[in-house]
Amino acid sequence: MISSTIGIWNYWIVFCLMMIGLFLVIGRKNFLKKIVGLAIFQTSVFLLYITFGKIKGGTPPILNESIDTIYSNPLPHVLILTAIVVGVATTALGLSLVLRINSEYGSIEEDDVSAQDLVDYHDDIETGKNLDLKFKK
Amino acid sequence: MIDILIKNLPIIVVLCPLMMSLLVVLIPNIFFSWALTTLSTFLTFIFSILLYQEIQIHSHISYALGKWMPPIGIEYIIDKVAIIPVIIISGISFLATIFAYKIMPEEIEKKSISKVYSLWLLAIAGLLGLVTTGDAFNLFVFLEISSLASVALVAMGAHKDKQALVAAYNYLIIGAVGATLYVIGVGLLYGVTGTLNMADLTNRIADLNNNRALIAGFGFMIIGIMVKAAVFPLHIWLPRAYAYAPSAVSVLLAATATKASLYILARILFSIFENSENLINNTLLFVILPLSLLAIFAGTIMAIYEKDIKRLLAHSSVAQIGYITLAFAIGTKASIAAGFIHMFNHAIIKGGLFIAITSIGFYIKKRVTINNLSGLGRERPITFFCFVICSLSLAGLPLTAGFISKLYLIKASISSDGIWIAILILMSSALSVVYLWKIIEVLWMREGKKIVKKENPTIYISLIIITFLNIYFGLDASLVVNGSFGAADKLIGDLK
Repeated sequence: MISSTIGIWNYWIVFCLMMIGLFLVIGRKNFLKKIVGLAIFQTSVFLLYITFGKIKGGTPPILNESIDTIYSNPLPHVLILTAIVVGVATTALGLSLVLRINSEYGSIEEDDVSAQDLVDYHDDIETGKNLDLKFKK
Repeated sequence: MIDILIKNLPIIVVLCPLMMSLLVVLIPNIFFSWALTTLSTFLTFIFSILLYQEIQIHSHISYALGKWMPPIGIEYIIDKVAIIPVIIISGISFLATIFAYKIMPEEIEKKSISKVYSLWLLAIAGLLGLVTTGDAFNLFVFLEISSLASVALVAMGAHKDKQALVAAYNYLIIGAVGATLYVIGVGLLYGVTGTLNMADLTNRIADLNNNRALIAGFGFMIIGIMVKAAVFPLHIWLPRAYAYAPSAVSVLLAATATKASLYILARILFSIFENSENLINNTLLFVILPLSLLAIFAGTIMAIYEKDIKRLLAHSSVAQIGYITLAFAIGTKASIAAGFIHMFNHAIIKGGLFIAITSIGFYIKKRVTINNLSGLGRERPITFFCFVICSLSLAGLPLTAGFISKLYLIKASISSDGIWIAILILMSSALSVVYLWKIIEVLWMREGKKIVKKENPTIYISLIIITFLNIYFGLDASLVVNGSFGAADKLIGDLK
């Protein structure tokens, strides 16, 4: 029982990281912390794939002469290489959006930002002030 | 020459916008970057028409990328199912590009126009790749290409309205979590089957009934795609993203973005997992069916109480997506066909509504809310007329495209002993008239200011074409209906 639990410790780490990441994304109100959470969440998935690829006693998949060599599966690594690129792009885009939000709203706390939006929405619709949209030329 | 073109069509359809997007970013001139974008979307549309003709002959085209034969290499598949979203995406994106010409420079800084068009083409390429690829992991890459490009496009709305930034941010975070969930699902599936090719997955899943990793993988994949398709409780990102994006982007996203994901949903449910019937039937009955019914009513009621018109239309999109997933959930051949019919019709209806409402909003330089629109219908009679026709089509009145999809949906639900579903569909259609009438009343019946600015013909070209399509496919729907029944036939075969 114990050996089988410890034997899959990689999956436990994946599981913990995944939950930490997802909690940060859902639970934090700070836009920057959400991005950190997202990055951790994605990293846990990378680790999951890499773990799939490992075969007990397997060598790196480089062709050698002996017939009975066991190779680890290289495909998950290749897939994850792609997924890492996607993850970097997502994080970069997210961070640049946070920068823009900070310069427009003066805050990156979700509560502040949605409070400002709410006032804006109220002015616009309920009181019928019909604010002109600010076009920056 | 033509032979080579025909042979490589499945990849050319994706590569045409992808490569052009790299070219467009280099052109600083507003007109030329737009012209190149239009050219490439037009070419993509022509190529997808050619593909459609090929499909009528061969009915299944498989393209091995780089001559690496599937299941090891990446395969691109076009069949009678995939051709429907391909036509929708390429056609609507062409019309949306024409519409963008005048309206894009008004809402976005001049110097970033060419970059926006580049992102625009990238989003289209991502969506087309999403529907043509036959490889589960390749699908994830295209999913992210399209969603990152559309997030950046939505964020461009910040030039006139800073809320676009928050909308784009939420879209990014929720979309990225959805895509990552999908990747976990694919990983689990790969772990138990050892393949990523969709056709190969179908065969190997048949031997693994009730494997727990398989069921978990299925759950992750479905949830991930449902986030992207904005199926009811996972639709939170959609209304804001559509409302605060630049007008042309709203049109493009509303008409195409969720359709591709809905197609993937159908593909996962009825093609990849076709051999684990128990799992699918339970999912359809206990997850998709109740969620779709909730989506239809929640979306419609949210739309009735909404005052920002672009958000209103986005809420109504949530309801319409509910109709499509409801059709899938009933799970008979006729109902899946009805789902595809509505997928096509909703693209032209929502495209038309968004074009009409944003081109009115374009003149008032304000957020398009109920209060700001008073009497503008009388100032812009052609736009208003087209808006009314598209509204009638959305509500499902006879002689319009929306009627055809409601007709087939109700027929399918009655023939599978779901009279109560048919009644609910009729009720929600009646409710949708409430919010549509609200807009029409404000536009036509109230007194309002005069607009001095002249009407612009480039806006009308795409608006009139889309309105014409709405009427044409209401009068003669044989093309759409036959295509959709072909798709349903291909998806669930002779099983039911």
